[in-house]
Amino acid sequence: MTSIAHDKPTQPLLEVRNIVKTFGGVTALSGVTLDLLPGEVLCLAGENGCGKSTLIKIISGAEKPDSGEIIVDGISHSSMDTTNAIKNGIQVIYQDFSLFPNLTVAENIVLTSAVASRRHTYSQRAARPAAQAIVEELGLKLDLDADVEQLSVADKQLTAICRALVSDARILIMDEPTTALTHTEVERLFIIVERLRARGVGLIFVSHKLDEVLKISQRVAILRSGKNVVTDLASTLTPRTIALHMTGLELDESRNISELPPESGVVLELDRMSLEGAYQDVSFTLRRGEILGVTGLLGSGRTEIAESLFGVVPHESGIIKIDGSPVRIHSISDAIKAGIGYVPEDRLTQGLFMDKSIADNIIAGSPDEHATRLRMLDLRAVRETIQALFARLRVKAPNVQAPVRSLSGGNAQRVVLAKWLARRPRILMLNGPTVGVDIGSKAEILGILRAEAAEGMGIIIISDDAPELVACCHRVLVVRNGRVVDILEGDDVAIDTIREKVAA
Amino acid sequence: MSAISLSLPTRLSRLRGANNEGVLALVLLALIVGMSIANPVFFTLPTAFSILRSSIVPLIFALGVLMVIISGGIDVSFAAIAVFAAYTTVQMHQNGAPDLGLVAAFLLALLIGASLGAINGFLIARFRLSTLIVTLGTQGIFKGALLTYVGSRYVADLPDSMAAVSTTNLFAVDTASGGAYLHILVVPAVLMAVGLAWVLRYTMFGRSIYAIGGDVEAARRAGIRVVRTQMVVYVIAGTMAAVGGMIYVIMERSASPQILVGSELDIIAAVVLGGASIFGGRGSVLGTTLGVLLVQVIFNSLILAGVPSAWQRTAVGLLLILGVGIQAITSRKSSRAKVMDETIQKQEVPA
Repeated sequence: MTSIAHDKPTQPLLEVRNIVKTFGGVTALSGVTLDLLPGEVLCLAGENGCGKSTLIKIISGAEKPDSGEIIVDGISHSSMDTTNAIKNGIQVIYQDFSLFPNLTVAENIVLTSAVASRRHTYSQRAARPAAQAIVEELGLKLDLDADVEQLSVADKQLTAICRALVSDARILIMDEPTTALTHTEVERLFIIVERLRARGVGLIFVSHKLDEVLKISQRVAILRSGKNVVTDLASTLTPRTIALHMTGLELDESRNISELPPESGVVLELDRMSLEGAYQDVSFTLRRGEILGVTGLLGSGRTEIAESLFGVVPHESGIIKIDGSPVRIHSISDAIKAGIGYVPEDRLTQGLFMDKSIADNIIAGSPDEHATRLRMLDLRAVRETIQALFARLRVKAPNVQAPVRSLSGGNAQRVVLAKWLARRPRILMLNGPTVGVDIGSKAEILGILRAEAAEGMGIIIISDDAPELVACCHRVLVVRNGRVVDILEGDDVAIDTIREKVAA
Repeated sequence: MSAISLSLPTRLSRLRGANNEGVLALVLLALIVGMSIANPVFFTLPTAFSILRSSIVPLIFALGVLMVIISGGIDVSFAAIAVFAAYTTVQMHQNGAPDLGLVAAFLLALLIGASLGAINGFLIARFRLSTLIVTLGTQGIFKGALLTYVGSRYVADLPDSMAAVSTTNLFAVDTASGGAYLHILVVPAVLMAVGLAWVLRYTMFGRSIYAIGGDVEAARRAGIRVVRTQMVVYVIAGTMAAVGGMIYVIMERSASPQILVGSELDIIAAVVLGGASIFGGRGSVLGTTLGVLLVQVIFNSLILAGVPSAWQRTAVGLLLILGVGIQAITSRKSSRAKVMDETIQKQEVPA
């Protein structure tokens, strides 16, 4: 059974057969087989570390397999190299897009194909029309003369797509294409994907957002521990069954919130907090033990509200009360003193020291909490905190001395969490806590947050991810144009309601 | 927004140039006008020609440094390479070799410069070492090797073929304030500047340098041969340093192993003032040329103003911090303004 409407058998664009790859004794892939038809979107799903990235690297020529074959247009290759892959029409759009921030959009689009054709001279005047043509063909709005570093994430991605198509890509592999995009931007991307399919391009999507994956892809291939588990039509799968195949465990993404005891008091209260140009008259309360969701479009002011509460961009007017008494938050240290913690959006650049060990990162934010009377570090307390959090958050690493850079996204996020939990904040704000995290880790992170809330912490989750908000938030604030336009409670906390209110 | 309010900033930003070349040209102009008013001696052809003359060697060095900086590196060994190449060439003649003639002498120096540059390139590209550390190391090695193996004496008489060039002028003009002479060696400097500008803009090699400076990993993924490109960059930088060294020796009419090394800061400052980003990926020949001229005009002004020459270094240091500081602050401001702008635009467009 194929997903293509015609009955005549279509030759696959790409087939990989029995790919085996080991890294110094560790088997990353043990006989993976896959095929991709023209005009289809194949989703490659699996938990972090299941071998997806390795498989992509082998297809794109960045790694050589130990055995197996890669068949493009019926021609078998025992391995690829980068140039050969591009010549065969294989293009990867990496999560970081691999664009040149200092060059213009037009040059970014054409440079790779110019390199591949081994030309010696370069002409801006000839390059621009070529870039223009592809941009217009896809019906995009891109400023060709802007430097890429000035673009939004969505536009960077479109630039990367255009670049791939200029090199006549017929096999387009996209690594986490929707992670950094808002809901509207994702829908725009999907329109482009449909146009690509119509051109006969085959796409492989790697994504953790299962509901999106199911919407756009025709087939889903699931890997677990370097092996194929299932390859099936998307129409026959649900997020639940995919999660089951990925983890081998039954995971629950449904709503699971604890009943707040009526006596649990208000820990945070905002009264008409405003910051010119960012948000206006924001008022809400957060109770002890409550998980409050904050959602809205990118640029709606949702991040700025959190950053003001954490003192990054101080608010201009309004009152912030903690445990009933007004506090002044004008700097990060004010916020920390008031017992507020913040896990930023971009955990990799803002939250962690990537080359330091897990242990150092866990303790980095709380030297004061682990000081002896003489203001020296209490090493025993430090060790205890590290071990306790390492075990409690179940960070998957050989030991606490492993550098954070070696961890997968889900595990790195747990270290950020551990860093904040080590301070024992009264209020913890998390911005996109599970962005780029696989479904197993996501469920565990949400579980950790529920447990912390149950012990009396007030938690604010800023997120785009409606299912995640529904799964764990007591109430959800919807922010639009810098104002809180809705506070959803009870049965209103539902995926469709949230999406509807956000986009309204 | 009206069409005019849209096009004016675009027009202004085009005038400003990608690397603030316009601003730099304005500062240079203001300085020249100011100096001319303060001291009429300044605004004469002899002064202009003498500033051009003193810019020849710094410009050639700066072009090599510019290329390295665009590629994301930094080179502090160019002065050592320059001395090594030039002094060795002169010393060959001292030790009894026949006068090679100008062309052959230059070829020999270029070969030496290219080889030393290749050492830098090999260490940096092949082993992915920090460019600052490698060139700091090779700077010491090159100078030490020069003193140990080639010689340490001051040479006062150059080979005749080289000495002859030192007194050749492109043209001489008699003015009221005395004779104005434009030295012949501005020609190679201008040719090299034009040549490098062309290479950077119109060749794949040039664009690859920008790409590598922008993001090495992305360059590798795009199929750019990073190691080879970096090797070539350092070989060319070494060669250009050798040309600069030869011209310096010719214009000074003497050679000593103690020259040039120690003046690297002036050159790097001029390049960075010229808008090249110390983080790589940005910079232009025009900006670098303006930066070199600016530094030379300031030196000249200080001398005319009677400021002791010891203060020149202080002036360059100040200029560097001021110039780069202002650039950094304006770019931070404009990026913040842009974020706000985007936020507002997004709010205006109904989703």
